[in-house]
Amino acid sequence: MALFGLFGTRAQAQQAAIEAAALRSDRFRQAREPDWQRLDAIVTAMEKGRLRRLSDEDVLALPVLYRTAASSLSVARETSLDANTLAYLEALVRRAWFQVYGPRLGLWGWLRQFFGGGWSAAVRGIWPELLVALALMVAGTLVGWLLVASDPDWYHALVPFADERMPGARAEVLRGTIYGNTGQDGMSVFAASLFSNNAGVAILCFALGFAFGVPPLLLLVHNTAGLGAMLWLFFEAGLGWDFVGWLAIHGTTELLAILLAGGAGLHVGRSMAFPGNRAVLVAAAEAGERAAVVMAGVVLMMVVAAILEGFGRQLIDHAAGRYGVGGTMLAFWLAYFFLFRRRAGNGSAA
Amino acid sequence: MSAATLPPRKDRRRTLVTPEGLALPVTLASRGSRFGAIAMDLLVLILVIVVTTLVLALGAAGLDTVLGGQIDQTKGGARQVLEFLAVLWFAVMFLFRHGYFLYFELGPRGATPGKRALGLRVAARDGGQLRPEMILARNLVRDIELFLPLTMLLGQFDQTEWDPVGWAAAGWFLLFALFPVFNRDRLRAGDLIAGTWVIEAPRASLAAALSTGASAAQGTSAATGAEYRFGEAELAVYGEYELQTLERVLREDRPEALAAVQEAICRKIGWHPGAGDERAFLEAYYTQLRARLETGMRLGKRKADKHAAGS
Repeated sequence: MALFGLFGTRAQAQQAAIEAAALRSDRFRQAREPDWQRLDAIVTAMEKGRLRRLSDEDVLALPVLYRTAASSLSVARETSLDANTLAYLEALVRRAWFQVYGPRLGLWGWLRQFFGGGWSAAVRGIWPELLVALALMVAGTLVGWLLVASDPDWYHALVPFADERMPGARAEVLRGTIYGNTGQDGMSVFAASLFSNNAGVAILCFALGFAFGVPPLLLLVHNTAGLGAMLWLFFEAGLGWDFVGWLAIHGTTELLAILLAGGAGLHVGRSMAFPGNRAVLVAAAEAGERAAVVMAGVVLMMVVAAILEGFGRQLIDHAAGRYGVGGTMLAFWLAYFFLFRRRAGNGSAA
Repeated sequence: MSAATLPPRKDRRRTLVTPEGLALPVTLASRGSRFGAIAMDLLVLILVIVVTTLVLALGAAGLDTVLGGQIDQTKGGARQVLEFLAVLWFAVMFLFRHGYFLYFELGPRGATPGKRALGLRVAARDGGQLRPEMILARNLVRDIELFLPLTMLLGQFDQTEWDPVGWAAAGWFLLFALFPVFNRDRLRAGDLIAGTWVIEAPRASLAAALSTGASAAQGTSAATGAEYRFGEAELAVYGEYELQTLERVLREDRPEALAAVQEAICRKIGWHPGAGDERAFLEAYYTQLRARLETGMRLGKRKADKHAAGS
């Protein structure tokens, strides 16, 4: 107030007081308000899914406006005490941050990228675990075979379903389960429910990975032990070749899917047990992302396997054709995973 | 409801550092609102599933009528149509269950309709890009957290006594359902794996500045013509906390609150309050107090509240 006295007259002092009362922080706000409002409008349009209605200039301006608003917020925090402006800016920057760093692709864009190389890159990324899972599956099959070979009573412990396929069954009966189901009704429904079940087991295998990978190990061994037991049964009856064909038409796809699921689960488990220099949570999140991509593919493979099992196997009633389809599928999957590398895509490509 | 009027509980506040290095305060979603969100989403899903099932069942029933109730005996074409409907049902159920969450969380809102209704959304824990893989991971795990044990449990309800599978499913369900209770960021298992969390996404609107109106800027009342000019000593009694309280009172604009605050200020600074011109008085005091505190701020001297020893 003493300063105003220097100007002498009362009118001049009043004028200076008006200038002083128009706060500097308010002038700061007034100068930037149009930018904030434009950002607000763009973000609101994006939130409402009306991206197409935005002009190209607006889309290009988004990152710039976001950074302007962010720097406005840092300045305002140090110079302004207008709580409403600060709250508005914080909310605006947060909303813009969601848009700038949010998932930009949408479901369809992501699917395109997934099939265009993201999936196979993720599969290649977990190859050490795939080898471990493969070894486990082979070991599980061997154990199942050897157990049943030493004592056929093991068969009932290893194979969960009870039907005419059991030790001591006559070869014709066994043969009947492999061939001659062409006219059978309801098989496609059975295949669909089978798919739901298998996909559930595969997802379980993956999701339990974060218990340090132990549950996937057990699931892999347990499931393949049953396979080994059935193999023994049919080979004993002299139907080995036919049974493998019966299995191969969908089994190459399905067993590969289970292998991938187990590998994905092991990958998460291994990253948590041995995170290296990263924090456990960070390691789990990184592995979880890669494993999730693999798993999305596993679910799709289960669909293919169910279709092959439900329809393909009924239509192709001879071993050679079944081997042909199964072998082709296996070759297709392996080529797709390990030879197809158009783009090592991940979500941060944008 | 803006952040200024209702500060969230302290244990739900987090700071997120954006890739630009800006610290952004965020509020974690409360467990109650997350439960509400999933309940709403499940309701929508169940509705869609029931409607689809009814439509497909009606289709099958229509087929049955056409065939004169002989569908069980029929072979060939009709039978295949029926089978096709059944397979379609499985496929649609599967797509809904997974596609629903993926579609909405991969969209620009990053939230399912249930989350959006409660003002929540999914974000990356590290403040960086929310990648589609993260959304995928958190929703794949949802399958074993929720759908698998729930279907197992539903299978138990028609039995008089639960077998071990039922108890295992119940324990499993509880383990995952209570997961968010046992960690401080309220992560469910899917969030943990995916590196995401669920936070509140409030919108705030920019209200008019209080300090630029005529009575505020010039300190003169439009109604009475009185001029309010406060001296150094009269402004020095309050700090930032009181300033924000005053801002809130002015924005709410309730006459009895304005009068009470005016009286409190006058008592503190030794003025005699007049009646009928509270708003002009408080706006003038707000503006001048803010000017004083912001000047202090620029010089590196902040005064948190009236108890703080300040400039």
